[in-house]
Amino acid sequence: MHQTNALPAKAITLSEAAAALTFAILSFSSLIVAAMAHTSEYAFHAYLFAAGSLAAVFAIIDRYYNRPADKPALMIDGKPNYNMGPVKFATVAAVFWGIAGFTVGLWAALELAFPVLNFDLPWLSFGRIRPLHTSAVIFAFGGNVLIGTSFYVVQRTSRARLAGDLAPWFVVLGYNFFIVIAGTGYLLGITQSKEYAEPEWYADLWLTIVWVVYFLVYLGTLMRRSEPHIYVANWFYLAFILTIAVLHLGNNAAIPVSLFSPKSYIVWSGVQDAMVQWWYGHNAVGFFLTAGFLGIMYYFIPKRADRPVYSYRLSIVHFWSLIFLYIWAGPHHLHYTALPDWAQTLGMTFSIMLWMPSWGGMINGLMTLSGAWDKLRTDPVLRMMVVSVAFYGMSTFEGPLMSVKAVNSLSHYTDWTIGHVHSGALGWVGYISFGAIYCLVPWLWNRERLYSNKLVEWHFWISTIGIVLYISAMWVSGILQGLMWRAYTSLGFLEYSFIETVEAMHPFYVIRALGGALFLAGALLMVFNLWKTVNAQEAVSPVESALVPAE
Amino acid sequence: MSSDHKKHIDAVTGVATTGHEWDGVRELNMPLPRWWLWIFYATIIWSIGYWIVYPAWPLVTTHTSGVFNWNARQAIIDDMATLKAQRAVMTDRIAAAPLEDILSDSQMLSFARAQGRAAFADNCAPCHGAGGGGMRGYPNLVDDDWLWGGKLQDIALTLRHGIRSTDDKGRMGVMPAFGRDKILERPDILAVADYVRSLSTLSVTKGADLARGKKVFAENCAACHGENAKGNREIGAPDLTDQIWLFGSGRDVIVEGIINGRGSVMPAWGGRLDDTTIKSLAVYVHTLGGGQK
Repeated sequence: MHQTNALPAKAITLSEAAAALTFAILSFSSLIVAAMAHTSEYAFHAYLFAAGSLAAVFAIIDRYYNRPADKPALMIDGKPNYNMGPVKFATVAAVFWGIAGFTVGLWAALELAFPVLNFDLPWLSFGRIRPLHTSAVIFAFGGNVLIGTSFYVVQRTSRARLAGDLAPWFVVLGYNFFIVIAGTGYLLGITQSKEYAEPEWYADLWLTIVWVVYFLVYLGTLMRRSEPHIYVANWFYLAFILTIAVLHLGNNAAIPVSLFSPKSYIVWSGVQDAMVQWWYGHNAVGFFLTAGFLGIMYYFIPKRADRPVYSYRLSIVHFWSLIFLYIWAGPHHLHYTALPDWAQTLGMTFSIMLWMPSWGGMINGLMTLSGAWDKLRTDPVLRMMVVSVAFYGMSTFEGPLMSVKAVNSLSHYTDWTIGHVHSGALGWVGYISFGAIYCLVPWLWNRERLYSNKLVEWHFWISTIGIVLYISAMWVSGILQGLMWRAYTSLGFLEYSFIETVEAMHPFYVIRALGGALFLAGALLMVFNLWKTVNAQEAVSPVESALVPAE
Repeated sequence: MSSDHKKHIDAVTGVATTGHEWDGVRELNMPLPRWWLWIFYATIIWSIGYWIVYPAWPLVTTHTSGVFNWNARQAIIDDMATLKAQRAVMTDRIAAAPLEDILSDSQMLSFARAQGRAAFADNCAPCHGAGGGGMRGYPNLVDDDWLWGGKLQDIALTLRHGIRSTDDKGRMGVMPAFGRDKILERPDILAVADYVRSLSTLSVTKGADLARGKKVFAENCAACHGENAKGNREIGAPDLTDQIWLFGSGRDVIVEGIINGRGSVMPAWGGRLDDTTIKSLAVYVHTLGGGQK
């Protein structure tokens, strides 16, 4: 902190000292909680907190001894001194969790087709691995992609080093620690039973801290930008970070029964709780899986295609209309329930009005290719991202359609919903993430190019067949299921019993699992390709990524 | 900042960019696509129309209720009433008819079977299987082997009041826990288990004392299962000679049953299902294949 003239004496910074002390206290108090915990599962989590905090203390001290006395320069030779360490970590973590999440998803799909595959083990039962799958792919895979790309994009488009010294590392490591707590919690049976928000109060509190730091790092980096304007990708990332914070706090307002118990009770009750849950759930789709990944799209597609974004005006109008309209659409998850009719009406009509604002992103993504369509033939990475935008367009048309009450009365509670989600998740979120990762890895590790474009081609085609099998199987089975549920005989009785509809689903569940297996196989090719990219090629001198040809 | 308003034309499209550049990325100054804008307006107008017709906006103590005063609760009440009215012609006849008459009237019979099938699938199938084939511990309803009687009235009574249920009029009768309650010694239990297996021509353990088993049976089991082990439907004691086993025919399973007793429960459906549905269910089960006169 206090530097003298000639030799800057190395001194521990205030933030290093404060962070080390905080983690030391957290480690110690976690041990106390572990000792007094009501359940062994909770004690296990407390020990994880203790071990993680202790590791943080050592890491901070170790880093202090190894780092130079001065803070890293913001600029070197007039160029920003980017901080890409946390981006690299998040990229690797995304790939790791992606494979884990796809594998668990495949297992869940197989259990639906062949229930015997849970082997009567509680931690392998569908009820536990289903949230493990959804959280692993959305929050672990998607979350790391978002954090990694956002830290990359905000630096490059602001021409500024990431704000904070320890803070960016705290964000990526703290976030992944949250994922470990959440994931092991599901397997051990710890859940507050809120879909996509299953982790209990202590994990939620931890995530809140991590997320606030994420927000501050992001904002701080934007504030030190050397560009006059903030690039559109950053608006989307910022909307994502801010709204997720608000949603997380609102939907997890819970009171723990004790500091020593994992159990808590939500403050909302009855239909209000359902409403808050789907205000959260739907906007997790809107701001995590849509706005956040649109941020990725707005940087990586023009960058890879080496073309300007199609329309600045469209990006403004669709951004603000998307933000304003999305937040209302949650009640369409509660059609024909105890939710008052007026709320259902608003949820449905705002979903309809959301159609064009969503499509604005698709138009801007696809039309950015104008003048560069030929690149789709030669660059499978760009093709993957463009197909991703096409899936985005398809599922954001299907979404408003399914929100119409007449359609919803057929589609709700059926596999159609699962198909809809996966056309967005596998097609849009998955492909835009793979595209971004294929771009990032050579850029971050200073490799001239990917190890093999041919493998990307294989990845693309195998997983595209997988996605098509998956979503068409779910469309057919969902509509079949809906029609069977509502079929009446001429005498006025239900034509099919529930179990008969379950039996009818079986072949489609098998096809769906096959689709999932292909998707996973493609992702494994990607892992091999990325591994070889980093390890089988010489590093080139750091090039400006703007100069990397898109082939 | 100097580049802020510099004119820059994209060479490929000939369209001007906004003049800014971020890490090599520029933005074209394209207008909003017309079709996009018009569809957006159309969805807004459609939504406003929908708000006028249906309940939509919350007010201080109520909400706008739309021009037709439509509401979901009334809609479902109306739907259910329509369905009930559609069924009423036949359900009224079934409610008034004695059970036996339903069997002999083809119109009533087919209606009762349809109603019974729907009710069975929702309420009975979880234990007795979708086709009534039963599973371990839950009787097969398709065959003619009945624990409590297979006549229409017997089935209806079982349905209405249950077996070992909370209903006072329910079927009663339990297999005692001969081992747990120290009524029989272990060697006696093993001997009688072998004897019971021999009654339905199953193989017995080598060196089994069948004579001792027969004596134990006569003293302890015959009271309910009968001297000839043919069972007693009054108290639900199964026939032990017919090769049909509710829990299994293995020696271990039989020994376990003698030690701990048996007493599985069928709930009373009277009060849960209306009487017409119960009558239809009785007819449905009776006509599954094993109904007796």
